[in-house]
Amino acid sequence: MTTTEIAPVGAAAPEHVPYRPPRAVRYGATAGLLVLLIAFPLMFPNPTVTSIGVFTMIYLVAAIGWNIFSGFSGYISIGHAAYYGLGQYTVALITIHAHLAAGWGLFGLLPAAGLVCALASIPIGFLLLRVRKHTFIVLTIAVMFIFQLLAFNLTALTNGSGGLTMPFPTWTGDFFNMPFYYVGLLCAVVAGGVAWWVRRSKYGLGLFAIRDDEERARGLGIKVTRTKLIAYAASAFFVGIAGGLYAPFVGSVYPQFGFDPTFDLAVAVLVFVGGIGTLSGPVLGALVLIPLQQYFYLQFGNANLYLIAYGVLFILILRLLPGGIVPGVTKAWRGRLVARARARQELAGAGGTGQEGTGPPGGTGPPGGTGPPGGTGPPGGTGPPGGTGQKDSGPKDTRPGAGQKDRA
Amino acid sequence: MLILQAIIDGILIGGFYALMAAGLTLVFGVMEIVNFAQGILVVLGAYLSYALYSHLHIDPFLGLLITLPAMFVVGVVIYWTMIKPIKGDRVIMSLLTMFAVGTVIEGVLDLIFTSNLVQTTTSYVNSSVQIGSLIFPVIYLLSFAMAVILLSALYWLLYRTRFGRNLRATTQNPTAARMVGIDVDRISAFTLGIGVSLAAAGGMVFGSTNSFDAASSYDLISRLLAIVILGGFGSLSGALVASILMLVIEDVVAVVWSPTWGQTTFYLVLILVLLLRPQGLFGRMAVRAQ
Repeated sequence: MTTTEIAPVGAAAPEHVPYRPPRAVRYGATAGLLVLLIAFPLMFPNPTVTSIGVFTMIYLVAAIGWNIFSGFSGYISIGHAAYYGLGQYTVALITIHAHLAAGWGLFGLLPAAGLVCALASIPIGFLLLRVRKHTFIVLTIAVMFIFQLLAFNLTALTNGSGGLTMPFPTWTGDFFNMPFYYVGLLCAVVAGGVAWWVRRSKYGLGLFAIRDDEERARGLGIKVTRTKLIAYAASAFFVGIAGGLYAPFVGSVYPQFGFDPTFDLAVAVLVFVGGIGTLSGPVLGALVLIPLQQYFYLQFGNANLYLIAYGVLFILILRLLPGGIVPGVTKAWRGRLVARARARQELAGAGGTGQEGTGPPGGTGPPGGTGPPGGTGPPGGTGPPGGTGQKDSGPKDTRPGAGQKDRA
Repeated sequence: MLILQAIIDGILIGGFYALMAAGLTLVFGVMEIVNFAQGILVVLGAYLSYALYSHLHIDPFLGLLITLPAMFVVGVVIYWTMIKPIKGDRVIMSLLTMFAVGTVIEGVLDLIFTSNLVQTTTSYVNSSVQIGSLIFPVIYLLSFAMAVILLSALYWLLYRTRFGRNLRATTQNPTAARMVGIDVDRISAFTLGIGVSLAAAGGMVFGSTNSFDAASSYDLISRLLAIVILGGFGSLSGALVASILMLVIEDVVAVVWSPTWGQTTFYLVLILVLLLRPQGLFGRMAVRAQ
């Protein structure tokens, strides 16, 4: 079984297993973050600031949704803007054809936007999920462009490049952004809850198994097609909701902004920067990068300096923390804990008995701090973990390269 | 007759798409990286030709003598600074890295050239040769000839030189190639250089036949990726056949039905073909990774 993701708690776990804070800390941090996010627009009611907040929420919902499929299953989709746009058009078309008034009622359409996307994603996913890796990536892009071209071409329905205009809510001033912000936050909480459940459930284990080795997962009796398809539909659902939030907020829908290739990349970037396949990664990525991006955008205007700044930042993060912020930091922290445990052990060893305690073996290796373990030391992070000293790490994956697992 | 014209147009345009796609597929074949920046590099090549023509009045075809070596250097530099240091999953990480590189280039291009659409309008851009009722635009004829020359040179390089043999060996098995003493890093850097030069050559034609800005790259890269996937990732002849096939299909649909549906068909064909042959037209079945 490949269960390295569910990390054992405590400093004694091997270095390549990301550190996982105690439950109280995790729950406390989540609650604290939620309180901060709820209080944020009340503290900074300036419309410029809250509109950045609304964009952050929209991308947060999309990023969490995207991660449920791409992060957990390892199938990278750069075509989820298909559902972002579909969600936008669903909300806009229903509003226009049913002559709905702008206002709170429009948020009632969000589940409809999500459902339409989830339904559309099932046949599409069924076709796409037959291929893997880069072929899958390119096909998702192709599907996105097919949607965009359809939106351009089916002028009777979508009004083509003229786009659709939605009625604006009558909220004014400082209040205008608030409903969007809080509904967005609610959607993000729901999406986060679903992601959390998937992550903990047996179903989620199936997804992780597919990510690690699809053939073996199939061999173990996981219904891979169904498992992937459900995750794909779930992520389409939330990305559709993000689109459904965006359309009434901006008040218009255009093919090139709905089915937007830069949206795809932006979401992928957020999740990669935060830490793909983790629960907190997409949240962190969205909360850090979107405000930053919007700030660059407002600061530099259309001069596109912000593209350069954004690109350079992205390159730096890829270079310094290739797995994303969350895995990078948690691994560094684990490295510290291990180093500290070793130092303690050496101290005890120097004290006389020289006996190996409960900690990880190998007092000979240099306590390498945050770096990879020294060459002379015990079974390290990169090689196949040997059976000699891993008393306390539970069931081990003995395939080579298991240490790189969280990066797959 | 219209259909015949459309087929001829498709073949001629497919020629320079083949150049750009060849660069993409070659790079993938050698180092398993998806050069997502190929679209913006094509645009960069187009801007270079445009700048040379509008400021120094150098003919774009002649200007290739300057732009091709310049872009070769760009490719080599990108390899050593961006691709070489990548650790971990190369396919995904390289895609993201090249996307980031592309974003930076896009920002720089937007900064220098603004987002106004431009086109390299040489004297012969709008002239054409008429044979019977068929019309051959001169620029397409010239670019097709250039594509044939460059691709022949590429084939010669790959199949008649020591460098080409090393390159093909690296494609087949990088580890084994390293073991018999091939400097894989050098080969990879050269390959990326060649791939980027081909993008520049394609970009020169693209800039002469379309009005473009930095944002044109998104449309370009998705077409190129579609072509390369259809031909089979890493297969050079697949890329050539697929470019011509796709452009012919697009042009014929545009004539028979409507131009707006041409491009949609392009992507639909891609999906249909891949349902039947997931490895692409000429691709080898991927060996099970891991």
